[in-house]
Amino acid sequence: MNPPATFSELVWLARWPLLYGLGTTVAISLLAIIGGTVLGTLLGLVLTYGSRASRFGARLYTDFVRGTPVLVLVLASFYILGVAGLDLSAFQAGVLALTVFCSSHVGEVTRGALQSIHKGQGEAAKAIGLTFSQSFRHVLGPQALRLALPALINTAVEMVKASTLLSVIGVAELLLRTQEVISRTFQSLEFYLLAGFLYFAVNYAIERLGRYVERRTSLA
Amino acid sequence: MGYTLNFAAVWRNFDDLLWGLGLSLLLAAVAIGLGCVLGLVLAFGRVSRSRLLSGLAGLYVTVFRNLPLLVLVLFSFFALPQMGLRLSKQSSFVLALALYSAAYLAEVFRGGLLGVPQGLREAGLAIGLTQTQIRRSIVLPIMLRSVLPGLGSTFIGLFKDTSLAAAIAVPELTFEARKINVETFRVIETWIVASGLYVVTCSILAALLRQVEAKLAISR
Amino acid sequence: MHGNLLEIHGLHKRYGSVEVLKGVDCNVAHGEVISIIGSSGSGKTTMLRCVNMLEEFEGGTIRIDGEEIGYATAGGERRRKPEKEIARQRALTGMAFQQFNLFPHMTALQNVTLGLRLVKKMSREESQALGETWLDRVGLLSRKDHYPSGLSGGQQQRVAIARAIAMSPRLMLFDEVTSALDPELVAEVLQVVRSLADDGMTMLLVTHEMRFAYEVSSRVIFMNQGRIGEEGNPKMMFASPKTERLAEFLKSSRFD
Repeated sequence: MNPPATFSELVWLARWPLLYGLGTTVAISLLAIIGGTVLGTLLGLVLTYGSRASRFGARLYTDFVRGTPVLVLVLASFYILGVAGLDLSAFQAGVLALTVFCSSHVGEVTRGALQSIHKGQGEAAKAIGLTFSQSFRHVLGPQALRLALPALINTAVEMVKASTLLSVIGVAELLLRTQEVISRTFQSLEFYLLAGFLYFAVNYAIERLGRYVERRTSLA
Repeated sequence: MGYTLNFAAVWRNFDDLLWGLGLSLLLAAVAIGLGCVLGLVLAFGRVSRSRLLSGLAGLYVTVFRNLPLLVLVLFSFFALPQMGLRLSKQSSFVLALALYSAAYLAEVFRGGLLGVPQGLREAGLAIGLTQTQIRRSIVLPIMLRSVLPGLGSTFIGLFKDTSLAAAIAVPELTFEARKINVETFRVIETWIVASGLYVVTCSILAALLRQVEAKLAISR
Repeated sequence: MHGNLLEIHGLHKRYGSVEVLKGVDCNVAHGEVISIIGSSGSGKTTMLRCVNMLEEFEGGTIRIDGEEIGYATAGGERRRKPEKEIARQRALTGMAFQQFNLFPHMTALQNVTLGLRLVKKMSREESQALGETWLDRVGLLSRKDHYPSGLSGGQQQRVAIARAIAMSPRLMLFDEVTSALDPELVAEVLQVVRSLADDGMTMLLVTHEMRFAYEVSSRVIFMNQGRIGEEGNPKMMFASPKTERLAEFLKSSRFD
């Protein structure tokens, strides 16, 4: 029998699966964040400016999604879409669930930001003759974005964390790759710590980047 | 598509779902209890004048807020035995959730601590109370009232997070739902009922919380 | 009793590089009522807070009935006394604050009895009886079960004074107790302070109420740039200030 490999040798041997997993994690998170932000912004607009009926619909969607655990969304999306005849891969079903989850958060954040902008701002924009879309683009939107930034960064971190749940439906992201490596090496302590460190690094980078953007764009 | 809704199979197993729901609530309750103790210690650490203490507490918060809960859950169940700490599924999950929640609770408590006016501490000092007495009879009670909304939403979040216990086969709500899904193939019905249970429980918790808040609000 | 109740000697205090007290000497006999006046930043509030150890100070000594407050000097080394000891010494003096600082989660009565129970170790019944006596004394017995948010500013300040005085301090410190009040509420608070003075309570009051200082004080201290600029009998001082500074200050103060 070979002498037992050291941890660093094992990491080196497992570098490709782990890096591939990390790449998948980043891809899942990015897709969900982008999709969720687009959808969530629309949702936030409807929640703030929509008609009674559309507001009610948006509220129902948001509350339902926010009241359901992400893992349940992921599992439901995975199992239900299959039955419904949509032939999606686990990756696609998982990204869809995270997008939905992300959109509900971004929707709430957007609504909160828009509502906390002083009413006078919209009125001032109207007074100088801007249309709604002009005033949103030049007056309300930029202010809302600045207000929402900390919460949006937080949502991004939450999405990276939530991407681990796709391991449960068999998407080979970082956590599932880690588990596979552990099943071969039996070094659960070390490899979980490594995975934890990688997740921490990604999230910490997002947080720092967010703070940087916040500082750059702050009015004070 | 040829799928007709039929809830009969789900209703037959409804008891299992309810037991699962009960276990979810129990896990969340125990975790938040432990998390509050640690979170309070961390919060006092963060606001303390000792740089070492506030640095350590800050580090804890940063690290645990940026780690995915599922990584902690798996670590606690699979890796801790390697360090000689072998816990049952339930206990290891509660441990992970408590450590995770402590980081969030620490921030909630810190906000509460900073919100207690300095003048009240001085008034306590002036009548001859010791620091410990001031902490116990002035700072804590005032803080606890102001952090109640934060505690409540953390609890609701933790309740949803208990779904991750399914990943290590703790028979809570999500685990039971998945079991029914796999056994009966009533996929859509199962997940509608399961997420419905989560949503309804979350709204009941939120309503209860508003009641308690109104009762405990510093009366006028 | 003999000697002075309070003896302040060479008091120095700095915030960073700013020296706020540059050597204050002051003796207070039993039963004296002393008003401390001066413009903002002259160090009057800081001096009061040092007496109650709410501020640390770098030089000088403060003694109450001969007992050194806050610090002990042994073998040429000056050390802060242990926290427990300082807490006991703080209870020798009572303090009322500009912002009242009533505990918002306690009723008026609970505010008054807290110190009695925790510091004086009184029983519940004993502390309640005493608390009610003092609330009655400030005219608020009927409000004993109200929370601070349900009381007017003037009422809150009266409760705060009752809270301090119930601890039977040897010396009462009043830090601009009427400055945060609406004008129509000032009188009721001053009335309480005056009645305590009439009872022979020794007190130091930092105040902007010149007429009140004039009427109640046995002595007035004028603080100027971290030192005592002038002191004496209020009638003499206000009528013929010896220093330019005091004359200016009196001219700029409202005297109504």
